[in-house]
Amino acid sequence: MTEAANPIYTVSSAPHAHSGDTVRRIMLDVIIALIPAMIAATYFFGWHAIRLMLVCVIGCVVTEAACRKMMGRNLAIDDLSAVVTGILLAFNLPPSLPTWQALFGCIVAIAIAKQVFGGIGYNPFNPALIARVALLVSFPAAMTRWHSPLNTARWTSLGWIDGATTATPLDMVKTAITSGDPIPFSWDGSMAMRFFVGNMDGCIGEVSALALLLGAAYLLWRRCISWHIPGSYLATVVLFAGILRVLNPDANMPVSFHLLAGGLMLGALYMATDMTTSPLSKKGQLFYGVGCGLLTMVIRRWGAYPEGVSFAILLMNAVTPLINQFTQPGIYGHKK
Amino acid sequence: MRVTRALRKLRGSIHPQYFKGLTSDCPITEMPIPQKLYLSMSQHLGAPAKPIVAKGDVVTRGQCIAEATGYISVPIHAPVCGKIVDIDSAATPAGTMAPRVVLETDPDNTESTTMSPLSDWQDRPQEELITRISEAGVAGMGGAGFPTHVKLSPPSDKPIDTIIINGAECEPYLTADHRLMIEHSKGIADGIRMMCYILNVKSVFVAIEENKPEAIQAMQDALANAEKIDATVCILPTEYPQGAEKQQIAVTTGREVPSGGLPMDVGCVVENVGTVLAIAEAIEKGIPLTQRVTTVTGHIVKSPQNVLAPLGTTYADLVSFCGGLTAEAAKVISGGPMMGMAQPNLDVATTKTTSGLVLLEQSRVHIYRALPCIGCGRCLEACPMNLVPAAISYAVEGGDYDRAESLNILDCIECGCCAFVCPSSRPLVQHFKLAKPKIILKSRQAADAKGAK
Amino acid sequence: MDISTIILTAGVIGGIAAICASALAVAAHCFAVEENPKIGELEKRLPGINCGACGYAGCSDYAKAIVTEDEAIDRCAPGGSDVLEALGEATGAAVDAFEKTVALVHCAGDVDNARHRHSYNGIMDCHAAHQLAGGDMTCSYGCLGYGSCAHVCPVDAIEIKNNLAIVHPDLCIGCKACVTSCPRNIISMVPASQKIHVLCSSKDKGPIAKKACKVACIGCRICAKLDESAFSMDGFLAKRNYSNQVSNPAVIEKCPGKCIVAVGVDNTQADQKGEPSCA
Repeated sequence: MTEAANPIYTVSSAPHAHSGDTVRRIMLDVIIALIPAMIAATYFFGWHAIRLMLVCVIGCVVTEAACRKMMGRNLAIDDLSAVVTGILLAFNLPPSLPTWQALFGCIVAIAIAKQVFGGIGYNPFNPALIARVALLVSFPAAMTRWHSPLNTARWTSLGWIDGATTATPLDMVKTAITSGDPIPFSWDGSMAMRFFVGNMDGCIGEVSALALLLGAAYLLWRRCISWHIPGSYLATVVLFAGILRVLNPDANMPVSFHLLAGGLMLGALYMATDMTTSPLSKKGQLFYGVGCGLLTMVIRRWGAYPEGVSFAILLMNAVTPLINQFTQPGIYGHKK
Repeated sequence: MRVTRALRKLRGSIHPQYFKGLTSDCPITEMPIPQKLYLSMSQHLGAPAKPIVAKGDVVTRGQCIAEATGYISVPIHAPVCGKIVDIDSAATPAGTMAPRVVLETDPDNTESTTMSPLSDWQDRPQEELITRISEAGVAGMGGAGFPTHVKLSPPSDKPIDTIIINGAECEPYLTADHRLMIEHSKGIADGIRMMCYILNVKSVFVAIEENKPEAIQAMQDALANAEKIDATVCILPTEYPQGAEKQQIAVTTGREVPSGGLPMDVGCVVENVGTVLAIAEAIEKGIPLTQRVTTVTGHIVKSPQNVLAPLGTTYADLVSFCGGLTAEAAKVISGGPMMGMAQPNLDVATTKTTSGLVLLEQSRVHIYRALPCIGCGRCLEACPMNLVPAAISYAVEGGDYDRAESLNILDCIECGCCAFVCPSSRPLVQHFKLAKPKIILKSRQAADAKGAK
Repeated sequence: MDISTIILTAGVIGGIAAICASALAVAAHCFAVEENPKIGELEKRLPGINCGACGYAGCSDYAKAIVTEDEAIDRCAPGGSDVLEALGEATGAAVDAFEKTVALVHCAGDVDNARHRHSYNGIMDCHAAHQLAGGDMTCSYGCLGYGSCAHVCPVDAIEIKNNLAIVHPDLCIGCKACVTSCPRNIISMVPASQKIHVLCSSKDKGPIAKKACKVACIGCRICAKLDESAFSMDGFLAKRNYSNQVSNPAVIEKCPGKCIVAVGVDNTQADQKGEPSCA
């Protein structure tokens, strides 16, 4: 019958079709989604944003390659996950952080938070956030020294910009409230608009809610993330901040301030939605988002740190396996 | 006659590329009788049939050549006249070895042995009709090949009140059922009436996906003046696995088959349209099941077609009837690409369950190179049974079958949605298929040990 | 720091320890489970690797079975003659001569020898590959080489070399775990003293077997004619009779299928394959 030319067929178990989606494609989508925020970071913080993003991406990729090689595994840097971690780490750093400290962050993120657990898919915590927290406790001064966006020296000074240090809005509010002083700026529509666009003090990637939302819309459209985590996270923050504001308007900032200031947008849209460290099921993701929101607001309101997004997400990462355990979907044919 | 829409959505589903346009407009073409037919004795689920002919015997069309070897088994008949030239053992499309009868055909001899037509079936006892269906070798033609007479004889404590005719054909590429519904809607309608009579049921759903408007129209017309039965054409959204038995019962009737149960536990019987037509032929004309429509398709097939071929036609004959290939095939699938079986060569022959033959070129073959699970949760969304494939696969890979069982691996219907969507290309359903028999065996042994003590 | 603080701390901790220790001692005495002291004694004599070769969950289970269920004492393959003697001494049971057995893969069809019928893409597991159209080899009997046996081996004595499983006889402890793991059933236990084996399991007729693999038994019966006591035929496949040693080493050279091989002389069967220099 087919004796003449005997082609060797591939035999595998069904299914023989595949959606064609790959990890690499998902990571590429995340990178594409981060482009607006990268442009915003560059616009507001100039050379320093470019420096940090370059250092972090290269640092993460090199660390990943080195780790894989040392462990004798295949290199696997073409899945682009280290690039994503690098960009997200850079986004979580203040603009004038020294390069060597950023590199230290890269090593923590990839070597300690990711590869020691076995690499992509096995890390229990978000690598970029672990690195941010490690930097925060190792170099508290450098990690909380800010220089204003649109600083005139942002394209000229290659090193630390002297005399331009300020505080983040959350810092100012925390200091004012704990010491009983009046809040040093007035919160109105034009201020909110300024914050929304990104003209505020903070880490290079977290400032522009507009750019982050643009990217998130792309991710939602590409179905790389679902609304469940960011939705429940932001809704919880809105509700919590609203209740606090209604109970005591003098000691609490309005809801819009809490949404726009600090790293909430970056955290809710890109850090909390990290696939590996967030729950699998939609129900679990809702619980997770609510937990993130509650912890964020508790830390912001009562904690020692002005910002609580990183800690909130890391704490919820820790309970993700537990959430997975308790949010098994109702299986077809099983009585509820 | 009513027309309804699906009562509810599938709990999980996927939208593969269908490529049904390759053959959906090709009328069913009868293939000239090939020189040799290779009839596997294991064409159905259950015990293989036992050959009752010997090498050298001359058989006529429709003659029984192998008898059923148990209750869950059906006989096999000679599709055409010819001579038995060999009885050996060969691989079935499912990959298992089974006895095989090789028939050298005699196309000029049109003699045939048929059973007496039972055109007055409405006046005959149900048992006689069930016996006829069993004698005609009718088995499920959707893919599993479950003997039909067993499905039509439910135990008395499981009353049946609904018949569902499965015309969903949710597998990509395949259009055999689609064409059957268009071209043989009357025969199918007759078969439906017979099934209703046998099971003493009035309520019938014909479930068809909405990407087959012509089939929906044809079945509506055919059932328009069906008396005594309450027929409903149920239009389902086009998504996979709409044609899976449990899913279809849920979307048409809203009932859920309990875990580990059968459709009859919720009063349903589900039959594929091809099987229904075979029932009608067996009863009304006395013709046993000896041929079926197989969709021979793929982008590299010169003229993809819906071929009516005798059982036992080799895949090589089917391909050459369709004009051969325009490029070298890299994968040959018996059935559809989601649940079909890849074949090692084209020497395998069709059986009662061969709904399609899909030939893929190298660029369409997905090679599984598993990466670690990144926890994206897409397999949860895709699973129509609402399982957690990601967690089950880790349990199976780690050899922790107890955990896999507690995660309800045994509810898996092996539809393949999880592996289809996995961005890490993890062999999820593949692992489940491997682990399920081991777990069933283990729990059986445990039960035996308990019983022994 | 004050010295009194240190003393106080030490005292408190020590006190808690003393209370807990006495509670444990009382509990151990009151709730002690009566166990036949013989079981512990036997367990000490077993190797303690819990390999399962005896058919029990572990060494202590086996020890218990010997005492309570009169299980035979010769089931510990890894322990060899030393353990057998020790157990015999402890139980007073008669001790037969112990014959060490090792696992052997009855196939030499590696990637160079055996032909592939199709290319398998899927889980790296012999059962998975075997289920799909009976495996990707043309020969339906031979080693698939996906390493299910190597996976279950507790002592890593099985190596997968060029798609062929090879047992290192010096490492094998004789636990038989691999024997049941093989979907092709081509691994069996052979006496460690026997070095010459038939490395083929194909029951196919000569031409078919030869077409599928370069090192296949073609059923020519030459070995059975040359050495009647050590070889016999099972259809088209030569079988070794392990109760006798091979008396005529010429069988190795005379075997036209090159499937009779002296194994383990250089610790691996592959190195010896096809070049029987030891004869």
